[in-house]
Amino acid sequence: MKKLIITLFIGLLAQQLIAQVDQSLLKDDRSDSLENGMNMDALSNRVYATSSSPVSIGGYLEADYKYIGEDGLTDGHTFRIPRVTLFITSSISSRIKFMSEFEFEEGGEEIAIEFAAMDVNFHPLLNLRGGVVVNPIGAFNQNHDGPKWEFVDRPIAMTQMLPATWSNVGFGLYGKMYQQDWAFGYEAYLTNGFDNSITTNTENRTFLPASKNNKERFEESSNGEPLFTGKIAVRNQNIGELGLSYMGGIYNTHEDDGLILDEPRRLDVFAVDFNTELPFSDTYIIGEWAWVFVDVPNTFTQQYGEKQSGGFLDIVQPVIDKSMFGFDDAVFNVALRLESVDWNVGTFNETGGNIGDEIWAVVPGISFRPTYQTVFRLNYRYQEQTDILGNPPAKTSGIEIGFATYF
Amino acid sequence: MTTRKIQSACAVLLLVAAIYSCDSLIPEAPAESDLLDGPTEGLSTSEQSRFLKGDIAFNDEVFTPESGLGPVFVANSCGSCHAGDGKGHPFTTLTRFGQTQPNIAPDVSIGGPQLQNRAIPGFEPETIPNGVPSMDFTPPAVTGLGFLEALTDPQILDNADPNDSDGDGISGVPNYINPPSYFIPKPFHQPVGGQYIGRFGKKAAAIDLLHQTVGAYNQDMGVTSTFNPIDPHTGLSTDPEVSDQIIRDVVFYLQTLKAPIQRDADDPEVIRGKEVFMSINCSSCHVPSFTTPQSDIDALSNKTIFPYSDLLLHDMGPGLDDGATEGSAETFEWRTPPLWGLGLAPESQGGEFFLMHDGRAKSIQEAIELHGGEAQQSRDEFVALSDADKQALLKFLRSL
Repeated sequence: MKKLIITLFIGLLAQQLIAQVDQSLLKDDRSDSLENGMNMDALSNRVYATSSSPVSIGGYLEADYKYIGEDGLTDGHTFRIPRVTLFITSSISSRIKFMSEFEFEEGGEEIAIEFAAMDVNFHPLLNLRGGVVVNPIGAFNQNHDGPKWEFVDRPIAMTQMLPATWSNVGFGLYGKMYQQDWAFGYEAYLTNGFDNSITTNTENRTFLPASKNNKERFEESSNGEPLFTGKIAVRNQNIGELGLSYMGGIYNTHEDDGLILDEPRRLDVFAVDFNTELPFSDTYIIGEWAWVFVDVPNTFTQQYGEKQSGGFLDIVQPVIDKSMFGFDDAVFNVALRLESVDWNVGTFNETGGNIGDEIWAVVPGISFRPTYQTVFRLNYRYQEQTDILGNPPAKTSGIEIGFATYF
Repeated sequence: MTTRKIQSACAVLLLVAAIYSCDSLIPEAPAESDLLDGPTEGLSTSEQSRFLKGDIAFNDEVFTPESGLGPVFVANSCGSCHAGDGKGHPFTTLTRFGQTQPNIAPDVSIGGPQLQNRAIPGFEPETIPNGVPSMDFTPPAVTGLGFLEALTDPQILDNADPNDSDGDGISGVPNYINPPSYFIPKPFHQPVGGQYIGRFGKKAAAIDLLHQTVGAYNQDMGVTSTFNPIDPHTGLSTDPEVSDQIIRDVVFYLQTLKAPIQRDADDPEVIRGKEVFMSINCSSCHVPSFTTPQSDIDALSNKTIFPYSDLLLHDMGPGLDDGATEGSAETFEWRTPPLWGLGLAPESQGGEFFLMHDGRAKSIQEAIELHGGEAQQSRDEFVALSDADKQALLKFLRSL
């Protein structure tokens, strides 16, 4: 896999240098201005190191330092490089694009194709996308680039309940339309889906991200049943953006080689997301909440819940917006994240008492952006997590310092 | 000094301050006496390493169908039943059935000795045949078990009085158990007719912690081992699904978990409560203390412990007779449960008390009032106590 990606990278770079290209392609033909941009554009409106040629190359790097402890115990000082991501985009013609994102996680221990799709533009309201697509569930899944966020950690609900970044092989349509201050967008895809591991995994809870370990999902569906993901979003330039999304389908391998192994079981996910910038204070607010419904056999353990819910709210307030440290357009922000997840919404069959398995966190922080593409972040995290029985919570807190930058 | 230098100095100071304040940002550790988990004092570094391996296997290892769970089971990890190493919740109560007379082996043809009431997707869990008596067991705390295992048979038999020769109404008999093939007796074990004294479990049906652990993997999780290769679903032998090493790590972990630490022992009301506890003869069965002999594990050797149990079976009356049994125990006989850690039970039972063998008592007082049989006299004396003495006794029990 490593060799393939390096070869692809060098090949594309060489192609760019040779520059035997249609000169009409040597321009950024993104149809949307940033003002008109919606969350769904996160994958196509990225920052690239080279963007005025048919092939654009870019990416981002995240690195951090943590000192976190739980109930008086700490693993000490930890330095991490959670991910390096490489983007490669190619304009095949003025209306056909190839876009991709390769992620190197944990220092290269894991390499993943997060996004590798061809877009064909027939009409602003009708675009075909196929390949490895990023399922448009919620907002964070598509808008997950580290440099865009003021917090070292990704939202727990979006990565430990929803499986961000969740991408899969499939095809679909998307489109946008504008009317004065209003923008409307939609996306609809059919892709390969989840598998049995979401309810039988070592996390000991219903855990959608468990399916990400199944590398075969890029080769074949676990059950021959497509996963539908759809989203509609509306944006008003003066108010903000609201998105409603759904992802669902049969998740389990219920039949194999003509033999019935189990009954077909559904997974349904609903999400609502919004973002706005308050005009009187430039306060940026973004949030997302999602609900997960999974058909778990009632003869299986309640350790694996049938319902989950969780989300986050980020509030970012620029406080200094002027030349700092020699950077002309530097911005210093204060920020606050509130987040919670309930991995098992329901009551015990045996007692009628509430099932725990919940977490909430408060993350105040400051960030410094010397340029739009780069952010330095200092966060303090405090969180409490209860086990499935609702016993006294484990208290976790500490500091996280890091940076993220597009390149 | 230029503005840029001032800004840079401020940024560096902020970072340094953040890093140097790290420790003050970490949540305080709970008092040791408020926790049940943790190793006993005095383990060597190599023993601490073994403890850590067992801790991970016990608390973090979750079985899935791929790693051997089931196909029929009760829970999918040790930690599911013993959160924080404390008493369990009715969510993971297990049910035993198939034996209704002492010394008659359980009828495995009807699914005994334990009900696997859950199944992996695509399989059906077990059910108990109509009319077959059964007994529910709420998982016990697992702390301090190594100290109990270290006690000699003569120490346990010292408190036995099968014929009530002292006339106090309290008998106390051991549960003699047929040992599994892998059981290796210690010098202090004293077999009777090839059977050994059981110490662990609600009916004292497990002789030692290896016996208890192998049984839990097999019957609770449906996980086979070289010690017990029989799959409880098919009744046939199968490949081991957990290694010998992991089982031995878990056993060592259980052996070296610390004994619960009493809180507020100097509180006058707690002291008064203990006096009441002794005066109404709760201590006849809930024997306050033992001193361990020399053990294979130095940290367990020659320690005075306060389990408040005699590890013997007692007639608890018809109200607690579930009609099923294990080993040589009568259906109405139950092993005296250790009371150490009792006050911390809600910390592992979701904030509530679920006491007695099946969690039917929602408070300590209710549990006392459910005592019958040999404990009837003490129960009646408790009910007759003044409010002050009753509250003192309850406070003493919550301090354990």
